[in-house]
Amino acid sequence: MSIWRNLPLRAKIGVFLFGFFALVAIFGPIFEPFNPGFENQDPKFSLNPPSLHHLLGTTQLGEDVFSQVLTGTRLTFEVSLLVGLIATVLSVLIGVTAAYLGGVWDDLLSLLTNVFLVIPALPLLIVLLGYLSNQGETPTIIVLAGLGWPWGARVIRAQTLTIRNRDFIAASRETGEPTWRIIIFEIIPNEVSLIAANFVNTVLYALGASVALAFIGIANLTSFSLGVVLYWAQSGNALQSGDWWWWIPAGLVIALMGTSLVLLNSGIDEIGNPRLRASHETGRIGGHRIWTTDPTPVLSQLTATRSKVGQFAYSFSRSSLLDRAATKNHANGAAEAPTKTPTGGEIL
Amino acid sequence: MSPILEISDLSVVYRTQGGDVHAVEHVSLELNPGEVVGLCGESGSGKSTLAYGATRLLRTPALVTSGSVKYGGRRLTAGGDPVDLMAMTHHELLAVRWREIAIVFQSAMNALNPVLRVQDQLLDAIHAHLKMPRREAREKAAELFDLVGIPRNRLRSYPHELSGGMRQRVMIAMALATDPEVVIMDEPTTALDVVVQRDILAQIVELKERLGFAILFITHDLSLLLELADRIAVMYAGRLMETGASKDLIRDPAHPYTRGLLNSFPSIRGPRRELAGIPGTTPDLRDPAPGCPFVPRCTFAVPACSEVDMTLEPWGNAAQRGRTQLPLSAHLTACPIVTPEVSQEGVLS
Repeated sequence: MSIWRNLPLRAKIGVFLFGFFALVAIFGPIFEPFNPGFENQDPKFSLNPPSLHHLLGTTQLGEDVFSQVLTGTRLTFEVSLLVGLIATVLSVLIGVTAAYLGGVWDDLLSLLTNVFLVIPALPLLIVLLGYLSNQGETPTIIVLAGLGWPWGARVIRAQTLTIRNRDFIAASRETGEPTWRIIIFEIIPNEVSLIAANFVNTVLYALGASVALAFIGIANLTSFSLGVVLYWAQSGNALQSGDWWWWIPAGLVIALMGTSLVLLNSGIDEIGNPRLRASHETGRIGGHRIWTTDPTPVLSQLTATRSKVGQFAYSFSRSSLLDRAATKNHANGAAEAPTKTPTGGEIL
Repeated sequence: MSPILEISDLSVVYRTQGGDVHAVEHVSLELNPGEVVGLCGESGSGKSTLAYGATRLLRTPALVTSGSVKYGGRRLTAGGDPVDLMAMTHHELLAVRWREIAIVFQSAMNALNPVLRVQDQLLDAIHAHLKMPRREAREKAAELFDLVGIPRNRLRSYPHELSGGMRQRVMIAMALATDPEVVIMDEPTTALDVVVQRDILAQIVELKERLGFAILFITHDLSLLLELADRIAVMYAGRLMETGASKDLIRDPAHPYTRGLLNSFPSIRGPRRELAGIPGTTPDLRDPAPGCPFVPRCTFAVPACSEVDMTLEPWGNAAQRGRTQLPLSAHLTACPIVTPEVSQEGVLS
């Protein structure tokens, strides 16, 4: 629980946003008012602005945008998470194995990683998915995961190299622990935050890539992912004709999902790197922002230079209690020690 | 003679999630020109916090809650009133640091940049604080190496090519690069063996005689201070326990804590005796108990100890205790319980 309390606000926002989209992805389609692919032929249902009946309006073909966004959120979320999961597993497998086994295995696996790293991803995706696009989301997931792992693998390989040479690994090798056990119980727990950050980053990559591919039409265009919604909006000239309800909701969901992942990543950084957390916690003293390069703050000066509004806001903060205690403590000490004049005691 | 650095009633806290950690509480300490003052205490007693807090070098969780630090160097004040470091802005402090008050840091290993030649690091300091042509600065760097006894051809070495003792000498040379008036030495010899330690201490004393700067010497090694320092201040749990001329301190330690410290290492001369040490550990500074912080570990502890206000009072006979004007090297103790009459036997007997 204290981990949660110590998280910065942006990471908390990230967790909430991500949780919200996860809930929408899981339960959203249950509450769909219409089948997202149902085309109402009646021209009076074409391009309706948002109303009570169609919460986010209708498309050119009379489909319900709200239902499409709900389905799209689930599909896109699913694809991104699966790609992130598969790519992360691949990168951990290959990165850790290469670094731990070393020698010719390292050479081979590093070569493989480097080859995948320099494959121009977008053209390959376009070509491959151009062939496979009519078989649901599976080809997209496989191709994106197959091209998304090498970055993570390289980072994890480098980290494993440094961990592998530490004494506790040598010790467990001496005591005869099998290799798989060393890798799973000794090495990987040391890389959890790295792997988690890598996972979140890959999910972000998959989100962007899958939406982009669908947007240029390389996807199964009959299943409504968020990218496909945007594709149809684009081909229906929604932007030019001012049908904002057609494309803004899907775009907003994509943008917020991406934002939540970025914020989440910063939270993982803070958990994995306690020093980052310490500097974050102590950045404010006595209601003032203090940088690490500033000279040591002096309480009496901080109190003297506070504006009226600042003073009001500060009086609610926890540090104001600490400051008052410190100043009172000083006043007592000064009364007992007759040697020097108190300077901070008169402020409050 | 007015003190060159006068720390008065300084308190420093570290602000944490669980409240303030009182690392230094109401400490007053003076440093006279050309004097060596030793600051000693065990790990975590606040000696480094005192020195870095007084020069305002501590980072954000630290906060100075009271006190002033008056600096009276000739160059800066031009004979006028001493300036208060606690009232200075960042910019004003830049002029004081290194030029007026220099620091020899604890671990020479980490304080030197491993990828730069030591000469370049020296020149950096010189160029940052003195206006000097390049050629002159280079000559100055070479002179500094002469001063600390490193051959000039080592100027182009990288830190890893030097031994631990040499690295420490480089640190001292760097501190002296701008002719400071006060040098704070934070355990400069802790990581070195006794032979090299001896060498460097002799060098420090010699340089001090020649250049006339004052030294605030921080260490946990009281035996080392007894030889080096003119005066010694003993710290415990963020408070000063005892100050006095070092010869008074060794001959007639006043505070029970100082006695414990002196009992923790063997003396070279005299009969063999059991090393006593001090049982227990340092108290939690987050929530200090009232009175003397040493009570839980003190053999002289009485109930009245928890009402001691920890101000320094003269040690010695009762007649001396009433005097208002005290000599600079006065022997002061924070313990009013243990008086010469209470403890008859000397510690090192």
